[in-house]
Amino acid sequence: MQTVKMVVTGPFSAGKTEFIRSVSEIDVVSTERKISSSAEKLIKEATTVAMDFGRITVDEDLVLYLFGTPGQKRFDFMWEILSEGMLGFIVMVDSTRPETFREARSILETFRAYAPTPYVVAANKQDKKDAWDIDDMRHALRLEAKVKLLPCTATDRATVKSVLLELLYSILSEMENGAH
Amino acid sequence: MALRGNLRDFTITQLLNLINLARKTGTLVVESPSETARVAFREGKLAFAQIGQEDGSLAGILHKANRLTAGQFRSIQQRSRQVSDKELGLLLINAGYVSQEEILANLQQHFTDVVHNLFTWVEGFFHFDNELLPPDDRINVRLDLENLIIEGSRQLREWEQLQDEIPSLDMALKFTDRPGANLRNVNLGVEEWRVVSYINPRNSIRQIASATKMNDLEIRRIVYGLLQAGLVEIIRPEGAPAPPPVRVFPTEDKEEQKSLVNRLINRIRSL
Repeated sequence: MQTVKMVVTGPFSAGKTEFIRSVSEIDVVSTERKISSSAEKLIKEATTVAMDFGRITVDEDLVLYLFGTPGQKRFDFMWEILSEGMLGFIVMVDSTRPETFREARSILETFRAYAPTPYVVAANKQDKKDAWDIDDMRHALRLEAKVKLLPCTATDRATVKSVLLELLYSILSEMENGAH
Repeated sequence: MALRGNLRDFTITQLLNLINLARKTGTLVVESPSETARVAFREGKLAFAQIGQEDGSLAGILHKANRLTAGQFRSIQQRSRQVSDKELGLLLINAGYVSQEEILANLQQHFTDVVHNLFTWVEGFFHFDNELLPPDDRINVRLDLENLIIEGSRQLREWEQLQDEIPSLDMALKFTDRPGANLRNVNLGVEEWRVVSYINPRNSIRQIASATKMNDLEIRRIVYGLLQAGLVEIIRPEGAPAPPPVRVFPTEDKEEQKSLVNRLINRIRSL
C-alpha cells in the first residue's frame, strides 16, 4: 500500500478540522480539547492540540492522508513534524477574521521554509456576510498573483474538493516544469 | 543574598526596577550566549554601561556621534594610554571642540542605547556586584531609571510582537517579484537602505545585522517594515543545510509520480 500526505494548516479557528471532515472517508481522528483561555473560548469551544487526521482511499494501492495542524502558536512544535514528507499544503484563512491574516501569513512563511512544496491558500467562510473579498484578502495576505487564493466553505464538500484539486494541479504543474 | 540568576526568570526590566527601588550601587554583569554587558549604578541611578568589547571610551563615543573626525580620533587613540576620559573631556572642552553639555548628552545617549540593547536579551545569566563600582577613569553620568524602565517595557512588547513575526534570524531575504514593487518609489531611511543593500538569498538576516552593526531588535524592526511594505519575503538561505530529505512520493520514478498525482486528481473529482 502506497501513502501520500497533504497538510492543512492555518490560524486558530480557520476551519481546518471542518475542511478535513468534509472529505475524509473516516471520522476525523481529532485531538480536540476543551479551550481553557477565555478569549479563545469566545470563538469556539474546542480546538486541535496535536493534529487532525483524515483519509481518502484512492484505490487498492494508494491512500491520501490529510493532516490538520493545531492552529494555536503554543502548539507550533508540531508543525515541522507534520510537514515532513508532505506532497503539498493548504493554508486555511478565516475570511471573516482579518485579525488573523497576519498570523496566516506568518504560518505560510514558516511552512514554506520547512519544505518548498506547492501550496494553495483557501479563503474559508466565504459564505458569510462579513467575509472579505478575495482580492482584498490577497492584498492583506501579501500574496503574489501566482499564488492560488481560493474561495472555500469548509463545510461544503464541493468547494473543499475544488481546493484539493487546485493543489494537485499545482503539484502536477511543478512536476512537469521539473521543480518537484 | 547575592543578586544573581537567569534572565528567563528575572527580566532586565525587573532588575532595573529592583536597582532603582533599592537605590543600589555597584555593577550589573549580564552574560548572554554571545557577549557580556556591564552596567554600573550609583544610588539607583545609571552611571556607566558597556557591552562586549565595543569602544566605550569618550573618544570612541564622540567619534561614533560624529563629534570627532577620524583624524582627531586616531590622534587621541595614540595618546589614550596617558590620558583618562576625564582628562580628555577637559582637554576637548578647553580646546573648544565640544561643550560639557555635549559630552554629557553623548555619554547619556550611548549608555541609554546600551541599556535599550539589553532589553532585547532574553537569555543569559546575571549577577550584581556591590563591590564593583563605576570605573573611575571614565566619566560617569546620573540617569534616572524610571524613563528607561517605561521605554524598556514598551520595547519588550514590541520585541515580543517582532519575534512572532520574524521567529528566526537565520532565514534570508529576497525581493518580491510582485509587479509594481519598485524600491525607487519608496521612501526608505538611511538604516533601511543599509539593510536593503545586503538583501540577497545568500545572506541570512543575522549576517545582515552583523554587517550593518544592528542589534536583533533594530534588524527585526526594519525587516518587519520591509515585509509589511511587500518589498521582501523571507526564504531559506541559499547554501544553508537543507532539511534531511523526506520521501514525498513512495516511488522515485517521475512518470510513476505523475501517474500517482493523476490518480489522486481522479479520485478527488469522483468524491
